[in-house]
Amino acid sequence: MPDGPQTPTGRVIGDVIMKVENVSLSFGGVRALDNVSFDVREHEILAIIGPNGAGKSSMLNCINGFYHPQEGAITYKGKRRDTAKPYEAAEEGIARTFQNIALFKGMSTLDNIMTGRGLKMKRNLFWQALYYGPALKEELEHRAKAEEVIDFLEIEAIRKTPVGRLPYGLQKRVELGRALAAEPDLLLLDEPMAGMNHEEKEDMVRYILDVNDEYGTTIVLIEHDMSVVMDISDRVVVLDYGKKLAAGTPDEVKRNQDVIDAYLGVSHD
Amino acid sequence: MEFLESILVTPFIEIWESPYYFIELVLVGLSTGVLYSLVALGFVLIFKASGMFNFAQGAMVLFAALTLVGLMEHGLPLWAALILSVATMVGLAFLVERFMLRHLVNQEGLILFMATIGLNFILEGTGQLMWGSDVKRLEIGIPDQPFDILGGKVLLNTFDVTAAFIGALLVITLAVFFQKTPMGRALRAVADDHQAALSVGIPLKTIWIAVWTIAGIVALVAGIVWGAKSGVQFSLSLIALKALPVLILGGFTSVPGAIVGGLIIGVGEKVAEGFWGPALGGAIENWFAYMLALAFLVFRPQGLFGEKIIERV
Amino acid sequence: MFYREAGQFKTTYQDDQAVFPVLQDKAAVFLLILVAYAVPFVADEYWLQAIFIQFLVFALMAIGLNILMGYAGQVSLGTGAFAAVGAYACYKLTTNIEGMNIIVAILLSGGCAAAVGVVFGLPSLRIKGFYLAVATLAAQFFILWLFNKVGWFYNNNPSGTITAPPRELFGVLITGPSASPEARYIVCLTFLIVFAWFAKNLVRGRIGRNWMAIRDMDIAAEIIGIRPLQTKLLAFAISSFYCGVAGALMIFCWLGSAETEAFDLVNVSFRVLFMIIIGGLGSIGGSIMGAAFIILVPIFLTNFPPMVGLDISTALQKHLEEIIFGVMIVFFLIVEPEGFARLWQILREKLRKWPFPY
Repeated sequence: MPDGPQTPTGRVIGDVIMKVENVSLSFGGVRALDNVSFDVREHEILAIIGPNGAGKSSMLNCINGFYHPQEGAITYKGKRRDTAKPYEAAEEGIARTFQNIALFKGMSTLDNIMTGRGLKMKRNLFWQALYYGPALKEELEHRAKAEEVIDFLEIEAIRKTPVGRLPYGLQKRVELGRALAAEPDLLLLDEPMAGMNHEEKEDMVRYILDVNDEYGTTIVLIEHDMSVVMDISDRVVVLDYGKKLAAGTPDEVKRNQDVIDAYLGVSHD
Repeated sequence: MEFLESILVTPFIEIWESPYYFIELVLVGLSTGVLYSLVALGFVLIFKASGMFNFAQGAMVLFAALTLVGLMEHGLPLWAALILSVATMVGLAFLVERFMLRHLVNQEGLILFMATIGLNFILEGTGQLMWGSDVKRLEIGIPDQPFDILGGKVLLNTFDVTAAFIGALLVITLAVFFQKTPMGRALRAVADDHQAALSVGIPLKTIWIAVWTIAGIVALVAGIVWGAKSGVQFSLSLIALKALPVLILGGFTSVPGAIVGGLIIGVGEKVAEGFWGPALGGAIENWFAYMLALAFLVFRPQGLFGEKIIERV
Repeated sequence: MFYREAGQFKTTYQDDQAVFPVLQDKAAVFLLILVAYAVPFVADEYWLQAIFIQFLVFALMAIGLNILMGYAGQVSLGTGAFAAVGAYACYKLTTNIEGMNIIVAILLSGGCAAAVGVVFGLPSLRIKGFYLAVATLAAQFFILWLFNKVGWFYNNNPSGTITAPPRELFGVLITGPSASPEARYIVCLTFLIVFAWFAKNLVRGRIGRNWMAIRDMDIAAEIIGIRPLQTKLLAFAISSFYCGVAGALMIFCWLGSAETEAFDLVNVSFRVLFMIIIGGLGSIGGSIMGAAFIILVPIFLTNFPPMVGLDISTALQKHLEEIIFGVMIVFFLIVEPEGFARLWQILREKLRKWPFPY
């Protein structure tokens, strides 16, 4: 047996891959994040939970460079990245999905997933205009990779369907596929199970655990369904009104009085 | 080097040396600017209420002015021709709602824009088909005499002043209408969110007809003033192009933006033509406003009065 | 009955990604190209000069604008200006550099147009939608003013026009007024076919997907690693390149000589815009169909009244034409906002089932 703590799927949790230190973010007078710190370890599944408006999505937006925090630092693989641009985050191997689906509606499922491969494709304009030789070879290689993702997520039947026509649950799955196609080291999932029925949630949980297990991808997810969070995550960070309320293993968090108060609405006196 | 000096140094020296000419240009610019604001207002009204970038606004100006002049040529007195022209613009609003807007609900902005280019062709064709395409004089009794102020140093024209006054009056009326009347509130609600407005019982169709009617009347006023100044002719429909940079400057949805933007463009254009025009070979009025607006956009993409947009995902 | 793809299985990804995966389509397109090359042998000079060559030039421009607007989602009203850059660049190149191959000159002028396109595409990073559309009008007005005012661009020619000098390719005169319409037609047709094919390749590969991603949701595109500025500027560059090449062909192979008015807002920018809206945004084939439609309608309207014995004045005819054109645009947008490309798809579906629809 390898040493060190293990994920629920049996992977060894490694070193810290990303450090969030004293991050604060405000919009005008509203303080969306207030002095938040936590770290993310390689191969783990970390859940961020909290009531609506607690700053969870803002936290993800800071991590992948969509917002830039006014104070504090985010270090990823030893590099400061709280001032980086979103596409730089993608180049560093951070992929994400969105709370409100953000697919490319005019494109097919396959093309959406292929956009996730874009960073790994290198052929220039001239070869692409010819669509021949190296460009064709590259396109086919990446098509094969995209097909792997399609197989993995069991969406073969909708490969050529424009995603705008797909039902909600499938769109969420395609969005996960697009993120996976980039072969990320760190995957940020913003409410991957929101609005799904029980079966769809089970499927989604299975995919998340499989990704973590098979590819060793580190996952940070935001989720409201507590039973899911407690089941699949290695550690949990609780946010409330932009502040970190608690952090630890699911069991520790469950027993934390502050967390219980925040969720059950006990007055803070 | 010489060229750079002629555009970077000389004009400022000239402004310094002939301040009265400068003041005159500013005043003339302001009076033209009011007219730009008037046309821009037509755009803003329709954009706010239906999300439509109404390219036909210029054609509406031409169409309204042609109707008025045509009726007067048939011997109608001014007041009767005015009433009939207003009625025509109301009728046009009905037709546009019935045959265009109703069928284009929920289409993308680009499709709506294209449809208004189609409308632009229809109006230009119809107007000229009915009333002919030769230049017509429009005589509505605005005195046209030069007079001077500041002890004879600045030369102005009663016509420009009257036109500016009419424009300003209309602009103020519209601003009050928008801010203070129930109809104005309903318009703003529709502009903000069609579906939410529908859900609280605002009748979308009535609003559209109202907005197009107002835009039609604004076009009529603009057509009268421009037409009285330079004759009613095809080129009237091109002043719409002059109003577009005003929209960039002021923002597509801001009434005060349209007003201030129009004034800035009017003044900027006249001053630039007066002092920079000679060095650049003249006729820079055509593009100067666009370049000014473009330069401005780089620093403030949301326009003068637009709100800063915080994007969310 | 005959348009069935039953039995045509794709066993490799390459086959599956072909432009015309159905065998019948491939055959039809091949035949169409053959027919297109055969046209000069049957069509008379009026048809070649007034219709076919014009169509080829505008189809190329429509593909260019469709790349920018239909695929990358950036609205542009500056098509005429970019075409003018191509035309004037080609004029300067051919008149100042003796012995430059005409094809090279045309391609280089496309490059000049691309450079100008990039400059006027820069605001697209900060502004979107109609704001951008109005910003591209700045290009339209400024560039045409520049070509009109600065004598250098038209070699200080007192008439202010540019005239295509006669140039040969493989010993055949292909440009200028004295070149035969057949030769000019073949040159334009070859340009259209080659560049339509390049365009199709670009839009189905990585670059095309990046454009469409930016068009559909720019924020998500940036988050999966697409650089917005580069992607948009590339679209501006390629699109302007197409417009520039088409502009050069417009003077050299179609009009022979022209002033800046030939490239104005209504004659070019709006016309090409109509072509792609009616043909179908985001479709290369649609651009070509749209160009054919927009060019044929006025010709039909001009020729129809005399055909049925009506004699109307030119002014009346011009205004009627405007009205009918406007009505058709509005009607078309209401009935099929996705254009000919969509109609074509529907027709194909129907054809597959014909004559046994159930």
